[in-house]
Amino acid sequence: AMEDGLRPGPRISEGDCAVLKRDDVFKAVPVLRRRKIIFEKQWFYLDNAIGHIYGTTFEVTSGGNLQPKQEVEEATTETKEAGTDNRNIVDDGKSQKLTHDDIKALKDKGIKGQEIVQQLIENSTTFRDKTEFAQDKYIKKKKKKYEAVITIVKPSTRILSTMYYAREPGKINHLRYDTLAQMLTLGNIRAGNKMIVMETCAGLVLGAVMERMGGNLAFQCGFDSFALIGYGSIIQMYPGGGPVRAATSCFGFPKLFFDNLHEFPLSKVDSLLSGTFSTETLPSEPEDNVLAEEESNGLTDEKQTALQETEEESTTEVAMEINQTEEQETMDVNAEDVDFKENKEKENKENVREKQRKQWERRKKLIETAALLREKNADGLIVASKFHPTPLLLSLLEFVAPSRPFVVYCQYKEPLLECYTKLRERGGVVNLKLSETWLRNYQVLPDRSHPKLTMSGGGGYLLSGITVVLDKGKSDSSNSEALKMEEPSSKRCKVQDLHC
Amino acid sequence: MSFVEYGDTIKDGDTAIVFLGHESMFPVKVQHGTVTQTKYGVIRHSTDLIGKKYGSKVTCSKGGWVFILHPTPELWTMNLPHRTQILYSTDISIITMMLELKPGSVVCESGTGSGSLSHALIRTVAPTGHLYTVEFHQQRAEKAREEFREHGVEHLVTVTNQDVCKNGFGVSNIADAVFLDIPSPWEAIGHAKSALKAEGGRICSFSPCIEQVQRTCLAMEEYGFTEINTLEILLRVYNVRTISLQIPDLGKAAEENSSTDFDSSNPSNQGSPCANLQQGTVQFKSGVPLREMVGHTGYLTFATKS
Repeated sequence: AMEDGLRPGPRISEGDCAVLKRDDVFKAVPVLRRRKIIFEKQWFYLDNAIGHIYGTTFEVTSGGNLQPKQEVEEATTETKEAGTDNRNIVDDGKSQKLTHDDIKALKDKGIKGQEIVQQLIENSTTFRDKTEFAQDKYIKKKKKKYEAVITIVKPSTRILSTMYYAREPGKINHLRYDTLAQMLTLGNIRAGNKMIVMETCAGLVLGAVMERMGGNLAFQCGFDSFALIGYGSIIQMYPGGGPVRAATSCFGFPKLFFDNLHEFPLSKVDSLLSGTFSTETLPSEPEDNVLAEEESNGLTDEKQTALQETEEESTTEVAMEINQTEEQETMDVNAEDVDFKENKEKENKENVREKQRKQWERRKKLIETAALLREKNADGLIVASKFHPTPLLLSLLEFVAPSRPFVVYCQYKEPLLECYTKLRERGGVVNLKLSETWLRNYQVLPDRSHPKLTMSGGGGYLLSGITVVLDKGKSDSSNSEALKMEEPSSKRCKVQDLHC
Repeated sequence: MSFVEYGDTIKDGDTAIVFLGHESMFPVKVQHGTVTQTKYGVIRHSTDLIGKKYGSKVTCSKGGWVFILHPTPELWTMNLPHRTQILYSTDISIITMMLELKPGSVVCESGTGSGSLSHALIRTVAPTGHLYTVEFHQQRAEKAREEFREHGVEHLVTVTNQDVCKNGFGVSNIADAVFLDIPSPWEAIGHAKSALKAEGGRICSFSPCIEQVQRTCLAMEEYGFTEINTLEILLRVYNVRTISLQIPDLGKAAEENSSTDFDSSNPSNQGSPCANLQQGTVQFKSGVPLREMVGHTGYLTFATKS
């Protein structure tokens, strides 16, 4: 790596959302001073990382300080000596001459990991007899254990979706990253679209859609022209008290990105479709602590999922740092509320006025969002939730324009089979496709290439299709096409090439 | 219509997709006065297409009907005229995500081939990004240019007719990402590195054979790329079918048989036309894998320049 000073690129600054990386393990953290971070059994502070370029690798030194790793020439073992096979290697448990205590003493002395690894090699009686490949493997294993290095990278859909799938799959309904990639492509997500997103994946899917619609625009063309071009708009449909966006906040999007992000409660979809929707019937009314109430609702929601999580997979380390800060902030708001109540009446009145203003703003936004939906001209629909997909699809597709793609994710195949059947009955969709992707990772090394030992057993299923103008007279949907859909592909008649 | 912007109505000069039925479709260039033949009869562009809404049902001369769809890179991939072997949407999806592409990204690609990936890349980096694509075959390069013009995306792409292994991408320190789909990608890794921005970026190479991957990985390491990772993605498509399985006759008496309704007591099957033990069959919905599926397209090797 080049000297930091010479390299261009975005720098790590206070308040950023960053991702820590060690080998294939990721963790999203907010960059804050004097804040202890625990990652992969190491603890440290990010203070020294501030000002460095994203992508820099750091060594953890004593006292939890981070120091940019110096690129050192690999100490090549003098004359390379290696065995050809393991016929004479016996596991007597005594090949390592250093004891646990010796190693601990080395560590306590603050000896660098690299030197500890070198000592381990020198004190291994069998190392020279091992094959070259086995030696490599041994060094790699020891390096992983004793060399404390972490890389700080900028968040992206690639990184966050891999991180979530590895760390907290339950929070994203086991949506594997390659499945998410399919959704973004099948949904033709791009700048300028008007998208409807319904997800209960901690806001990860929403973030991925926002990245594909917003990208670098804000940085490239400045704020004014960004507003002019616009990246399109997103309407997020949410269940319960409010949308969960813990993962969305890990992306570190500029504030501007949220200007065209709208939200609409799922519980109001029916009334919007039947024309009885009015903001007067909103659930949260009209007390002065509406805001606090709603936010605490969101909080309990998250806590509940977190609880389910721990029941499901108690071994995984839950709750990312960022989630924690979010909860912290919400709690602060509540604490402030209590303070306010104890304050003088005058301030209280002002507080009430402020709350009413916010309430009014929320209502205004909701009316705007309802109007956006009523246009029924959305450019696509993305669903990835813990709910049964059929009712969601049957209702939300009403808001989508003809000739636009839609994609539904489900962890299980069976609900999508039903959804498929119901959509065929309803009509107004073509090119329905139920699919799944398999992902296989490879080890590629000279003379040692093979698929990795383990692969993911399941990353969920997708049902995708394209909307068309819905025929009210249902009779002709019994035309040839409907019949053909359930026929095996071998029977399908191929269309002759009829390009004009 | 453009491949990077939705339009509501079909216009003269548009490229539209004629959808005849299950995965049976073809692209058509909409032109006043032109007619297109389908197995359901003739479509007259002036009266049947121009001015109609995308997604409309169009009745053909023989009384059958088709849907006219707005073009997308995915529909184009399924329908484009092949000049080479192409990349399909499953691989394209993971390439796009792993290269971290988004609006504003600058991408280098080689070769252009039939432009399947190119259209998807342009869609993703629009409206402020750019694609620099290099194709050593002159005729293919020219054809690609023509298609980009027809599809209203020429301002987002530069096609260069040269050998990427010898002459590189024709740009330096400009790209956020590089994609290689050529027979000897290891010969282009150096050029890829210099095309990428000084601050770094991502690279992907697609190769069908493991020996190619091997050499590419070594070259990437040599040029200081990190996070080198090879993967393969497979698409499994399921046909949704209603299956009925016969109940075996184990010689039980008829009256006894009807009381052992193991299936209709199962709550998950209530409300669906499932058990019909009188007739001795059980019906259920199943997602049946295709009899034959694509087992291998290519290995995808990703890496980071940092």
